[in-house]
Amino acid sequence: MNTTLLLVQGLNGLQFGVLLFLVAAGLTLVFGVMDFINLAHGVQYMVGAYLGASLAALTGSFWLGLLLALPAALVFGLVLEFLVFRHLYDRDHLSQVLATFGVILFLNEGVKVVFGAAPMQMPVPELLSGGVPLMDGLLYPTYRLAILAAGLATAALLWFLVERTRAGMLVRAGATNAPMVAALGVDIRRLFMLVFGFGAMLAGFAGVMAAPILSVEPGMGDNLLILAFVVIVIGGIGSVRGAFVAALLVGLVETIGRGLMPDLMRLFMDASSARQTGAALASMLVYIVMAAILAFRPAGLFPARA
Amino acid sequence: MSNPRLWLPLLVFAGLAAAPFLGLGQGHSLTLLARGMIFGLAAVSLMLLVGGAGLVSLGHAAMMGMGAYAVVVLDHAGITEAWMVFPAGILAAALFALLTGAIAIRTSGVHFIMITLAFGQMAFFTTSSLAIYGGDDGYTLFNRTEVFGARWLENRLVFHFVCLGLLVACWALVQMLLESRFGRVLRASRENETRARALGFAPYPYRLLAYVIAGAMGGLAGVLLANSAEFVAPAYLAWQRSGDLLFMVILGGLAGPHGALVGALAFVLVEEWLSHAMEHWRLVFGPLLILCVFFLRGGIVGLLRRG
Repeated sequence: MNTTLLLVQGLNGLQFGVLLFLVAAGLTLVFGVMDFINLAHGVQYMVGAYLGASLAALTGSFWLGLLLALPAALVFGLVLEFLVFRHLYDRDHLSQVLATFGVILFLNEGVKVVFGAAPMQMPVPELLSGGVPLMDGLLYPTYRLAILAAGLATAALLWFLVERTRAGMLVRAGATNAPMVAALGVDIRRLFMLVFGFGAMLAGFAGVMAAPILSVEPGMGDNLLILAFVVIVIGGIGSVRGAFVAALLVGLVETIGRGLMPDLMRLFMDASSARQTGAALASMLVYIVMAAILAFRPAGLFPARA
Repeated sequence: MSNPRLWLPLLVFAGLAAAPFLGLGQGHSLTLLARGMIFGLAAVSLMLLVGGAGLVSLGHAAMMGMGAYAVVVLDHAGITEAWMVFPAGILAAALFALLTGAIAIRTSGVHFIMITLAFGQMAFFTTSSLAIYGGDDGYTLFNRTEVFGARWLENRLVFHFVCLGLLVACWALVQMLLESRFGRVLRASRENETRARALGFAPYPYRLLAYVIAGAMGGLAGVLLANSAEFVAPAYLAWQRSGDLLFMVILGGLAGPHGALVGALAFVLVEEWLSHAMEHWRLVFGPLLILCVFFLRGGIVGLLRRG
């Protein structure tokens, strides 16, 4: 493992981390404000990717596709909120898990019916199709750098909205103590709708951005959802800052682990079993990190509720 | 006989026992019933956690997976004797439950859901990367498990009654556990942990024991599932499968282990019927789940009791 490879893995990890953050941010706010477990947040990411890919194909332009996909993802999220989620706020976590599980089944099958079971492609926009020479002999794809930049910019914007605006203050207060905020005369349901729609849009945005480098297919949100849950649990439920730190951590651990583990295992065993054990350990690494962190800080790194 | 805890399961067991002689003797419907009973067994064991201890596990499919993969590992080593296979599957799952439960039980509520999910994913990825056992593609068993070298389990009727017998035994055990002092402590610490502690009951060992027992039963269901399908794949451990199991428990109703049993049978039958009736059956099945959560609060059992 040389420096170049490590740099590439690091960049890939950070880029995966910011995508994870976009999904986890909405998830953690919804959970923090309304105490609502939304397993269907991952399929909102998937729907975003499908919307982006099909709108880009329809208009012939990546940028138009991206631009149209965002409001579409927002509207889609609000429709789901209206049809399903708002009936579940007063129910226990178990009911929420099960009903949103039903949404997953429906939407995973739904995109199969509408778009077919075969993966869809979304081309990289021409403007970002080249590579950037980072050092001698290392040409890193421009599009991946653009994802990293867009993700960080969105994170900064989100930080500004949550930390510096009135709506953000209410959201933060709601995440810490929702009944108190409601008692102060804030319509917490409307606040939640706002957070929810915004979260759906962020997840959709992550989906559109990931579409050109991953294959757009049914079920693509399921594994990401699990990782996003790992992120918010490590970060501290309801904390956007925690989600950001944890998302980068998980992105790096996941990506670098996949690169390093087989090499590391080769120190102990022969090549073929090292590859196998390494791959197995790499996919478990994130969960091992999570278990280790929770063993010492059961409420996560940055608990929102004191 | 007004207590549905007793007559309902007895009715179901009687129906299952009579099924092979009521024209359901054809191959496919017996296979389907076996599948229903196996998932019923797993759901009943999960009920001990959800209904008894208030522990919502989203990783119970991993327990079934441990049992199923124990069959695979032994089969690969040439061991197919039931007296080895069944205890191995049960022990593997119990051990996995003990190790993961020791950490998971320290948390509660949503953290418990997430941690069990995480451990389930670990098991899923581990089995996916075991290339000697087929990796992602799964492993086809050469034969079903043998009893003293005889291939009794190959006989559908025998297998049917083996599943039924084990299901009845596990149902009775969970029913007994829930009504014992052990179960009362579990429920008391679910309702009010502070009060239970004040009475001198530390919930941790009770919950851990419940988790291990439920895991062991899940492992047993896994051994049966592997034998029923004669094939094992990592998909058995996927978190969606754990979601299915949770749903069976809730669909039936949390009034007792008979709820989980009824829920599992209903789930498997509806799934089977829908998947034959149309190609994209999940388009109907998903909303059906949502509607059940909305309107069927006491589960099917609650509906029967009211009606």
